[in-house]
Amino acid sequence: MTVWFVPKDAAAKSVGADEVAAALLARGDEVVRTGSRGLLWLEPLVESAEDRQGSRIGWANVTVDDIAAGLLDERHSAYLGDVAAMEFLTRQQRWIYERVGIIDPVDPADYERHGGLQGLRAALERSPAEVLDAVKESGLRGRGGAGFPAGIKWQTVADQAPEPLRGQSARSSRHKYICVNADEGDSGTFADRMLMEGDPFSLLEGMAIAAYAVGADRGMIYLRSEYPDAWETLGTAVRVAREQGWLGQSILGSDFGFDVEVRLGAGSYVCGEETAMLESLEGRRGMVRAKPPLPAIKGLFGVPTVINNVLTIASVPAIMARGADAYAALGSERSRGTQVFQLAGNIARGGIVEMAFGVSARELVEDFGGGTLSGRPLKAVQLGGPLGAYLPADHLDVPMAYEALAEVGAMLGHGGLVVFDDSVDMAEQARFAMAFCAEESCGKCTPCRIGAVRGVEVIDRLRGGDDAEAQTLLLRDLCDVMKQGSLCAMGGLTPNPVLSALDHFAEDFR
Amino acid sequence: MTSRSAYPQWNEQEAQAYLEAVVREHDGPVLLCLQALQEVYGHVPPPAVALVATLCNVSRADVTGVLSFYADLRTEPPPAIPVRLCAAEACQAVGGRALAAAWQQTCRDDQQLAQDTGVDEPIFCLGNCALGPAALVDGQLVGRATVATLRARVTRTREATGGSDGGAK
Repeated sequence: MTVWFVPKDAAAKSVGADEVAAALLARGDEVVRTGSRGLLWLEPLVESAEDRQGSRIGWANVTVDDIAAGLLDERHSAYLGDVAAMEFLTRQQRWIYERVGIIDPVDPADYERHGGLQGLRAALERSPAEVLDAVKESGLRGRGGAGFPAGIKWQTVADQAPEPLRGQSARSSRHKYICVNADEGDSGTFADRMLMEGDPFSLLEGMAIAAYAVGADRGMIYLRSEYPDAWETLGTAVRVAREQGWLGQSILGSDFGFDVEVRLGAGSYVCGEETAMLESLEGRRGMVRAKPPLPAIKGLFGVPTVINNVLTIASVPAIMARGADAYAALGSERSRGTQVFQLAGNIARGGIVEMAFGVSARELVEDFGGGTLSGRPLKAVQLGGPLGAYLPADHLDVPMAYEALAEVGAMLGHGGLVVFDDSVDMAEQARFAMAFCAEESCGKCTPCRIGAVRGVEVIDRLRGGDDAEAQTLLLRDLCDVMKQGSLCAMGGLTPNPVLSALDHFAEDFR
Repeated sequence: MTSRSAYPQWNEQEAQAYLEAVVREHDGPVLLCLQALQEVYGHVPPPAVALVATLCNVSRADVTGVLSFYADLRTEPPPAIPVRLCAAEACQAVGGRALAAAWQQTCRDDQQLAQDTGVDEPIFCLGNCALGPAALVDGQLVGRATVATLRARVTRTREATGGSDGGAK
């Protein structure tokens, strides 16, 4: 009997996947809800196979009417053939996203059948120090934006003794934390969300490996509240993982114990900054902490804490399973392994592209993305979220790697590329960057709190043509103060979109 | 997390029972307490501040500080069918600003719609950046949103919940 695969991913649901799944179920067919393969312009992308293991053929943009009309056959105009053989997928190098869109996200048997737990098993056969070495050798760097080497961060935590939680007596139990930053607030990014909805066990497995390597007993995931589907999936995944013995007192029968709690954010962008996140997790206002002390030494509740982004942690099982060497063989210079790029905004074929570092923005936007959705000329690509620079159309040949991007004053951030066509007013975008910073600043440091408000005012005067030369000078000076004087990346990087708009699109400010 | 069209009346004893469980089971419970109350009552009513402060052993100023910091936390009941449009860059790139303006105009022209859906409080990124403009209608994510699809969603929700008189009671 035919089995249907319909994504349960929030993006797929936003264009009707639930209704399609219900229509198939109503016919009495078997329906497996998966994550999304990341070909988001084709959602709802429905696949079918002879049985759960069989190769799958697919149809794009399926509607309830298609199903009612019995249109899902090879003659249908939206017939895709073998989905796994589509060029958009075959050109990718999927490590982290290996299983996303293929498995039932919370079915433990499906997870193991597709290579799940191999990384954790491989890690538990080695000593914690050997696991640390493997992560260092892989060259894995933090995927949240800063790109700090994960192995070095982990080593710092491993070198600390566990501590009692803040406010508890020295005789209390002592802990270390693995804390996952799932506060994916950057516009144009959704890879954390899709991973948590499509393969949550890989995140939990990565956390367990990290905990084993550094000697942590507690895990925490800080998930943004804008992701209710991920919240539900993670909650189920944690419960199932405990039942399976993948979390808890004795993981996979070993004497290593580790458990995970998931907490929700409350609509604050700055809480994606790691120290603000810690404050929020401790139940307070999300105000940035001054460093030092580093979170690796005094982190969540004052104990040594590894803080990594979802994609960083989710890279680890594949590194342990497939080998640090194989991972390090991908990429360029000191940007090793794969990055999950997210094609967003005004783009014909938006979605997930996991590739080794070094692929150019042009390949991503044009070859994979097919240019703009509107069909109008591309004007700019914002790279790395609201704090990232706008690249003009003739700068897209830059390789996507930490070093090459730094050279042109850009950054990869969380790997999101937001495409704009020529209808965009870049002065309006620069103003928005400042307004967003003013709205979301935690208020702790002056350059960010006041600077962003003044930034909006200066840009308004500049756009009003009020002594443009003096205002431009003032804006650049203000950006310099924010860059140099802010406590964290919120104020410190807001000048990126502003100055890149000013540098590359000066005509829009007149 | 998702909104509902009918919430129970504030009941201090009942609230205290919810909160005692939260405080017992979690470290750093202030934000969790406020979130738990909002989940149950749709908002955090004024008497909750002193209650949370007492149970968490912090000052009322601390609790008020947390309550005022987070955009999610509200001190007034939500509209019956909240509609929130993404105001971030990826949605701007596909006409998000024009959609927001058109939606606001639609609400000005239709008093009932405005009353049901509330003032548009923009939201920054719903993680649906390849299928924008994105919006949330009563907690449900909508991709490639237009005024027509938003209206249809509101109407469907209104029918499913049996009218528009919940929420604000």
